[in-house]
Amino acid sequence: MFEVGLGHYLTLGAIIFTIGLVGIFLNRKNVIVLLMSIELILLAVNINLVAFSIFINDLAGQIFTLFILTVAAAEAAIGLAIIVVYFRNSGTIRVEEIENLKG
Amino acid sequence: MMNLDLIFPEIFLSLSIMTLLMIGVFKKKSENLVYNLSIITLAILFAMVVNLFTINEQFIFNYSYKIDNLSSFMKALTIISGIFVMISSSTYLKSLNILKIEYPILILSSILGMMVMISSNDLIVFYLGLELQSLALYVLASFNRDNILSSESGLKYFVLSALSSGLLLYGCSLVYGFSGSTNFIDIANTSTNIEYGVIFGLVFLIVGLAFKISAVPFHMWAPDVYQGSPTSVTLFFAALPKIAALTVFIRFLFTPFINLIDQWQTIIVFISIASMIFGAIAAIGQSNLKRLIAYSSIGHMGYALAGLASGTNEGIQSSVIYISIYLVMTLAFFSCLFMMRKKNVFYEDIQDLSGLSANHPILSISLLIILFSLAGIPPLAGFFAKFYIFMSVIEQSMYFLAIVGLLSTVLAAFYYLRLIKIIYFDKPKQTFEKDHNFGLRLTLAVSTGILVLYFIYPGLLNELVSKIIVI
Repeated sequence: MFEVGLGHYLTLGAIIFTIGLVGIFLNRKNVIVLLMSIELILLAVNINLVAFSIFINDLAGQIFTLFILTVAAAEAAIGLAIIVVYFRNSGTIRVEEIENLKG
Repeated sequence: MMNLDLIFPEIFLSLSIMTLLMIGVFKKKSENLVYNLSIITLAILFAMVVNLFTINEQFIFNYSYKIDNLSSFMKALTIISGIFVMISSSTYLKSLNILKIEYPILILSSILGMMVMISSNDLIVFYLGLELQSLALYVLASFNRDNILSSESGLKYFVLSALSSGLLLYGCSLVYGFSGSTNFIDIANTSTNIEYGVIFGLVFLIVGLAFKISAVPFHMWAPDVYQGSPTSVTLFFAALPKIAALTVFIRFLFTPFINLIDQWQTIIVFISIASMIFGAIAAIGQSNLKRLIAYSSIGHMGYALAGLASGTNEGIQSSVIYISIYLVMTLAFFSCLFMMRKKNVFYEDIQDLSGLSANHPILSISLLIILFSLAGIPPLAGFFAKFYIFMSVIEQSMYFLAIVGLLSTVLAAFYYLRLIKIIYFDKPKQTFEKDHNFGLRLTLAVSTGILVLYFIYPGLLNELVSKIIVI
């Protein structure tokens, strides 16, 4: 019987992490997608932490995950607020048009 | 029974933040009151932290929080520069109409986050401190919310900083998984034999931290954010988070990962060399003073990291001295920027400096001193800061690092000297107002005074720093 081990979880975490990372750098469309990518990265970290926590029999990882979830919520809230402020000033949230600061 | 005296400054600060929030909510037009009360809070906090200075290494909360001379010194440095940032920028905030009650409270909360970061001895505590600091900084960067540049810099800072937090966390998860603990001391005990998972995690951690102190190749946010944010916030960015991030760098490299020194030393040397060279070259073409100081701070972080790369206690101490003097120079430079004001408009272009000496002799001589010190010309403080770094690097026979450092100092001197040429030899262009408030004058006088007089009695700072023993 095929058994799911630590390696599988870590691979899943690494894949999701990479999707998030690539999403930030390749995205040319919408800032909201950036927020989603950041969220994906944090979720990948959570998968990692929970998997490790189970396999090394230590609760600290799961506690860490709870803290990360809380902070991620706060971060998303602040991020959305900043996006709203930016949208009011410029009328757009397209990533390729964010270029007032250059040099 | 746990000794809560050790964490009393943090408790006091969080209670004051809540009290100040209540005052701000229930009392109308209380901006000035809250602002002044926060300065007083910081002053009391400074006294408390100084009081803890002679305590030997102690741990609380199950070894997750560490109080030693390094943490007390860095906290005191953070708080004192917080005080000067606030007293020097009140006029600026008033004339931009962004002096709201949230401003001082956000500054206080990010200082609280930095204090937690500085003392952390556990990955979870470290992460919470870091996020408390950054969440407040995101809002501060976009604080001038009707200004498109400010909101854009907030957006950029948010995205890149959240990304770096993500990288850092991924590193934390790997380190936790492969060493089996989140505590720095336990990690150090388990990572004696080289495990690739831990090294991989360490690389992610270093990348995340390099983002926070804006070292090359993770510097791209710094110039945009420095230029776009309100100048008072730029000063805050240039000074305080760097102290906290550098302390965390010292903690990480020399507590949990001290056994992996062969692995991280090369990375730190590379980051340090790249930052020094890039900071010197990229600043040459800039026309905005805030952007220029961003590149200059990238270079300065390179020197501070060079001290860490040497991997000795002397190296750490020289880095600490370097960051203290860098802080004084930043404060002095920005107080000059605050003085370039005419009818509530603040000028921040290099061309606005032209011929400044004709109408503003005192401001110009201060700028001259500050720029010479930034360039590292003896006998000013900036020279000694670089001197100690190079001494500790050469003692470890890392000649390549020292030579690159010296050469980039010469390169960087070019644009500092160009500014001096513009101030003293170009045609006078405009005059600024001369009525500055007491806090701003005090900041400029004290910081310039320190830069000039440091060489008379360098032992004052050096003896304090020599008590910092990490390894």
